[in-house]
Amino acid sequence: MASITMKNIVKKYGDGFPAVNDVSIDIADGEFVILVGPSGCGKSTLLRMIVGLEDITSGDMMIGEKKVNDLAPRDRNLAMVFQNYALYPHLTVFENIAFPLRLAGASESEITEKVNAASKTLELDEHLQRKPGNLSGGQRQRVAMGRAIVRDADAFLFDEPLSNLDAKLRGQMRSEISRLQKRLGITTVYVTHDQTEAMTLGDRVAVLKRGVLQQLASPRQLYSNPGNLFVAGFIGSPPMNFLPAKVSGTSVELPFGTVQIPQDKADKVAASAANGLLMAGIRPEHFEDAAVVDASRQGSTFRAKVDVVEWLGNEAYAYIPFEAPPEVREQLEQLERDLDGESLRTQLVVSLDGTSRIAEGDEAEIWVDSSKMHLFDPATGENLTVDLDNAGYIHGHAMAEAAEQPAAAG
Amino acid sequence: MSTVTAPATKDGVNEKKAVPPDSDRMKAENRLGQRLVAPALALMLLVTAFPMLRSLYLSLFDYSLTAPDEREFVGLQNYITALSDSALWLTTLNTVFIMVVTVAFELVIGFAFALVMHRVVFARGLIRTSILIPYGIITVVSGFAWQFAFSNTNGFVNSWLPFLDSTFNWFGQYGSAIAAIMVSEIWKTTPFMSLLLLAGLAQVSEDMVEAAKVDGATWLQRMTKVVLPNMRAAIMVAVLFRALDAYRVFDNIFVMTNGAVGTRSVSFLTYQQVVEQFQFGIGSALSVLLFLSVLLIAFLIVKLFKVDLASARQEK
Amino acid sequence: MRGTNKVGIGVGFILIMVWCLLPVAWIISLSFKSQEAITAGSPGFLPTSGGSAGFQNYVDVLNDEQFRRAIFNSIGICLIATALSVILATLAAYAIARLEFKGKRFVLTTALAIAMFPVVSLVSPLFDMWRTLGIYDTWIGLIIPYMSFTLPLAIWTLSAFFREIPWEMEQAAQVDGATSWQAFRKVIVPLAAPGVFTAAILTFFFAWNDFVFGISLTSTEAARPIPAALSFFVGADPFNRPASLLAAGAVVSTIPIILIVLVFQRKIVAGLTSGAVKG
Repeated sequence: MASITMKNIVKKYGDGFPAVNDVSIDIADGEFVILVGPSGCGKSTLLRMIVGLEDITSGDMMIGEKKVNDLAPRDRNLAMVFQNYALYPHLTVFENIAFPLRLAGASESEITEKVNAASKTLELDEHLQRKPGNLSGGQRQRVAMGRAIVRDADAFLFDEPLSNLDAKLRGQMRSEISRLQKRLGITTVYVTHDQTEAMTLGDRVAVLKRGVLQQLASPRQLYSNPGNLFVAGFIGSPPMNFLPAKVSGTSVELPFGTVQIPQDKADKVAASAANGLLMAGIRPEHFEDAAVVDASRQGSTFRAKVDVVEWLGNEAYAYIPFEAPPEVREQLEQLERDLDGESLRTQLVVSLDGTSRIAEGDEAEIWVDSSKMHLFDPATGENLTVDLDNAGYIHGHAMAEAAEQPAAAG
Repeated sequence: MSTVTAPATKDGVNEKKAVPPDSDRMKAENRLGQRLVAPALALMLLVTAFPMLRSLYLSLFDYSLTAPDEREFVGLQNYITALSDSALWLTTLNTVFIMVVTVAFELVIGFAFALVMHRVVFARGLIRTSILIPYGIITVVSGFAWQFAFSNTNGFVNSWLPFLDSTFNWFGQYGSAIAAIMVSEIWKTTPFMSLLLLAGLAQVSEDMVEAAKVDGATWLQRMTKVVLPNMRAAIMVAVLFRALDAYRVFDNIFVMTNGAVGTRSVSFLTYQQVVEQFQFGIGSALSVLLFLSVLLIAFLIVKLFKVDLASARQEK
Repeated sequence: MRGTNKVGIGVGFILIMVWCLLPVAWIISLSFKSQEAITAGSPGFLPTSGGSAGFQNYVDVLNDEQFRRAIFNSIGICLIATALSVILATLAAYAIARLEFKGKRFVLTTALAIAMFPVVSLVSPLFDMWRTLGIYDTWIGLIIPYMSFTLPLAIWTLSAFFREIPWEMEQAAQVDGATSWQAFRKVIVPLAAPGVFTAAILTFFFAWNDFVFGISLTSTEAARPIPAALSFFVGADPFNRPASLLAAGAVVSTIPIILIVLVFQRKIVAGLTSGAVKG
């Protein structure tokens, strides 16, 4: 087992397009790190550079203390689970799992012992003599993992391993992977575009956008302290609401009314606020039906006409359209493109308690916990109210915080 | 391959293409690739490019195998002789005629066969096995079979066709002789065409056809407006290959008429000059002209029908 | 509407079967006509009651030293050409499907050009060259052109197969500790085996069918293959050939093809359609 260190990794293609641009990540021994981002963010390329299937244009890739930039995949002693599992269809499950051991020239007794141990862990015993073509998606997934765990690899690499499974199986396999990793205590790098996987599995999560590392932090830090608009929009479901905001002192004027923010946040944004509009970010769950909120809770209320209500039982989502000024609209459209989404109407998504009685078409009284509000610079996307001590590494901020991070997260 | 990665890395091939040329991996891959194709490429060139160049050289000489020592440089004289001889133009005309008629028939009948095979639910194995028999049969055998079938002494065609006299000699005049040759050609190659078209047909999504049905399209409209446009690439590549194949027609003519009553094709004429008359000088000139005419026809088909050459070359 | 559809398909089915099998039935029927009946003239599809020869024509054909020799030549030459061609094509197709290298387009274009090449153009230069090299009228003299003319088809068929093997499979093997060669041999070759086999069948068909090289690059029974031998079976009068004897020879030459078709129908269809048109 080993740590993995990436120093200023760059991957440029022939046309000069940097698929991965100056990414540095330290992965501690035994740590579970997620690489996440929308299509084309370079996360898979980065993983393939770790395992050696892709050349590194510049920068250093270290496994343990060894620089591996020029080593062939077979010399890096890493195990990888591919998106489509890459099981060998002509070999039985047993032989699939035994494949790396046979290549390494292990003895027959050692092979039998290790494969049986792996199959026991993964509950594959009754399938050992079957061919992969006859297995279900979840079984194939487990065989692919079996092939990874029989070797004493220095690290596990997963490339979107659950994307071909249906939702229910995905949930089961997710917890299975998490359990396995904790038991083996092996360094793991996991690529996904699914933020649920990112949040639930990782010790730390690296969010990438167009080849650039945006933020590297624990799931909790990412959620409560997103470094910029992109991370804020990417993490969380339904996503954070972005509203045009006019700030003066501690008052923030939103399309629906004016709310108050704490003094420390007001201080952080004062300089930028003087230059014009800011972008306010409020998560849906920081709103509530004013009728069900305990009066003692701090916050502001406003009235707005609810367009659509989706009632889910334990909670409900209310949609409130609003008009955004052109400069904000443009920024939101760009953000949607970055997130692989489509820019539709600008609307506020509000998460309500399941007992709320707000109905479609109502002019409802909504409560908002404005202390949780983030304020972003609409031009740069930077989160002006971020708590730098609890945000891990943020692109564009000093590297000092990033260096301290592994210890904090481990 | 992950579809979630950058557009440039959508699949392995593109991804590799984009690696800067200075990488070691790229160099090694380049070397390995070239080494792997080298034997095949060398062999293909040895048997085509080199002899063609030699033909080009020999075509400038008056050179006959019956008198090899009297080889004499004559410049373009052989080409002038060949091109001013009406025989070449007549055989070319005849060859183009064969090509157009056979490909047209093969396309229509082949498409009908493909439709039947696409829809048939019973005996799929039987029908595909049967259709492979004409494809697999030696052309010479097909030529014999049809020659004897059309024969007025031992055949059955005259007795089966009520409007024909039983003594009618199919090989006695151009019209009927060329028809017999074309029947043999069409019989043997239509199954091949139908398999190619069947593959194209299988690629037209069933949903699309059903959507057209729901939209109220008749069978004919579904064929002409939905199915055929979506099979265009498959059809065009099939036409290209079949047309060039038909243009090179030789075996059937050799067996069925031996070039009599004006049924010679360009290939047959060239063969006669070289092998039967040992006229290597003029034969080489004809070889070069034949090669050039194939190139010209390929070019015309590609341009005229806008054939997707990349798909013909299997680059996709 | 559904009813007429079904009838149409049924009629189409019968038409296809007649199309494919009638000439085959005819040549078989002809092979049973006696030679006397043929000389006298025996029109009609089936042998007349007095004009049937039983298996006599087959006995005569198989007793013919030249024809036996031609069968031997054809089988030997076609098998060797097929084996060699498929080996070279496998290497080339792997490179084309999997590797990026300079000159790939050139190889593909050459293959396309050769698939279109007028074979007769080569008769005179090859005749000349082979005589100089001393391989005129030998097996090797036919094997070489057969190989080069079957390579395009074999390369296409195989690269289509290689492309369908997930690229991840090979990468997984590399990550698992395999060298490139091990990955090729232990993962790719077993997976490509059906494709190689299909390519081999198509190559064999092509070589078996060849006529131009067969008649122009051989002069004796030393290397003359079946199609050429059949065409030389002609008597003095090209319009009065020993038809029933020829028919028996033709049937014999078709038997291997029919056997291959019967056993490997699926593979051939898959190979033809993937190799020739894709997209």
